[in-house]
Amino acid sequence: MTVLGGVPRWVAALAALGALFVVLPLAAMITRVNWAEFLPLITSESSVAALLLSLRTSLAATALCVVFGVPMALVLARARFRGQKILRALVLLPLVLPPVVGGIALLYTFGRRGLIGQSLEVLGVTIAFSTTAVVLAQTFVALPFLVLSLEGALRTVGTRYEAVGATLGAGPTTVLRRITLPLVFPALLSGAVLSFARALGEFGATLTFAGSLQGTTRTLPLEIYLQRETSPDTAVALSLVLVVVAVIVVGFAHQAGSSGLRGGAIR
Amino acid sequence: MTLSFEARVADRGFDLSFDVAPGETVAVLGPNGAGKSTLLNLVAGLVRPDAGRATLDGEVLFDTAAGAFAAPHIRGISMLAQDALLFPHLSVLENVAFGPRSAGVRASVARSAARDWLAEVDALDLAERRPAQLSGGQAQRIAVARALASEPRLLLLDEPMAALDVSVAPAIRRTLRRVLEDRAAIVVTHDILDAFTLADRVLVLDAGGIVDEGATREVLERPRIRFTAGLAGLNLLTGVRTAEGLLTDGVELRGAAVEAVAIGAPAAASVRPSAVQVSLLPPPDPAGNRLRGIVRDLEPRGDLVRVRAEGLSADVTPARAAELDLASGTPVWFAFPAAALSVYGG
Repeated sequence: MTVLGGVPRWVAALAALGALFVVLPLAAMITRVNWAEFLPLITSESSVAALLLSLRTSLAATALCVVFGVPMALVLARARFRGQKILRALVLLPLVLPPVVGGIALLYTFGRRGLIGQSLEVLGVTIAFSTTAVVLAQTFVALPFLVLSLEGALRTVGTRYEAVGATLGAGPTTVLRRITLPLVFPALLSGAVLSFARALGEFGATLTFAGSLQGTTRTLPLEIYLQRETSPDTAVALSLVLVVVAVIVVGFAHQAGSSGLRGGAIR
Repeated sequence: MTLSFEARVADRGFDLSFDVAPGETVAVLGPNGAGKSTLLNLVAGLVRPDAGRATLDGEVLFDTAAGAFAAPHIRGISMLAQDALLFPHLSVLENVAFGPRSAGVRASVARSAARDWLAEVDALDLAERRPAQLSGGQAQRIAVARALASEPRLLLLDEPMAALDVSVAPAIRRTLRRVLEDRAAIVVTHDILDAFTLADRVLVLDAGGIVDEGATREVLERPRIRFTAGLAGLNLLTGVRTAEGLLTDGVELRGAAVEAVAIGAPAAASVRPSAVQVSLLPPPDPAGNRLRGIVRDLEPRGDLVRVRAEGLSADVTPARAAELDLASGTPVWFAFPAAALSVYGG
């Protein structure tokens, strides 16, 4: 039985239309999958190379997001300093920035003649158009997802448990390790999963900053875009793989997020 | 353990100083916003003072002149709040073991200490539970054990019974009385029963300053200022000691001296509102204590109604209040027996 729970019928109708708008294109794509050739298509050398590269770089980017995003979220949620609001806005900028702009910005930072790249070049380190560049591009666009979800959770949990921990003799690092992080762990997990998903789907910044070299910088989205010209069947098959990964990831994040609300509730 | 404290927080209008002697429990009373929680947070190190100095056993907690400030976790001061605030992700046992483990004690040793503290508050059977599976009273009991397990030099209690059911508060109060017996503690409360049960001494706060202080019974049973009398639920009358009792506002009242005061010396006297009768006509016994007043307001309190006039209140039954048709502005007579009036030095 369907219960509208006080939602007007016309709102429900619009909601259904919106849901259809999201689901229909996916269904349309699935109708075009060449099932007979599906396995060979997704296991071809270039496909496997792209898939493995995507997984590797996305995991590395997620790790970087956790390493830097957790401290950033902590500072934004707990510390008080001048320019905090501006810093938060800047940190979240990649969320609204077109990824290709991000790619250009990264190029002018880490590229051969970039702000930092120039010095790195002297030391014999080249970042642009390498796998490292892919990871940096993905981290750049994915970082705000983790920072945003974790900062929100930190604010919801509040500082009362941390204050109790401190009066029980726990130093700041112990409080972080034994109280703060366990309390926001569900949000950290869902934030990391969202960052992973965003990294996996990264296209514009990667193409601009890292290029498209098979096995080195050509990730799955780039491979799909390339194959669309020459072998639409491969493009569709790989797209389906990406959709399945995304669905699993979103489902996982959703579960972690909802258990987070329970775990973080304060009586 | 000796605490010496002096601090000012400008934007809260907080400015006071006090000491806590070894083994002494001090109750801090006062209305909301008087600065009670600020006092605790300053002692715990959760709020920084604008100016002041505090030491615990000679160790500096803060000293603004010297620019010194000890972080909360190195003060050896633990705090028990109104809500138990047990860490939701840890079992009861791990919650209690948290303090010892933070002090660097091995996990197994910390757990065995935690069991001892749980036994101390009669909650050993709850050791394996999660905080979400506890009632409010049980959670507060565990919070007491957790605060004690960190072996604080000074224990701070912030209205520890305020969030509890009236049915479980007495058991927690009894537990606290036992564990606070020989410990230094500061208890913030708005319940004078807590002060009587737990504290050796009380500080009465209003608007960020101390307005009254002294031994608990001294302050609460023989209030010398209107404010404290209000907290203790007593009527306060001030005047001059006479042979029979007290001369106040040109009326001589007869009362029992609970403290030797020379005749003619300034004196105060208290009478419980429940001992005061209200009538519209002058009470028939002219020898009894009687005072005129004009009703200011009526406040229902459980099965009684508190009739308040300038300087005097009386508790009457709702039936009596209705019979007299009392309302704001009604002129009335208050009467009470000599035995109900305690006279002491003012």
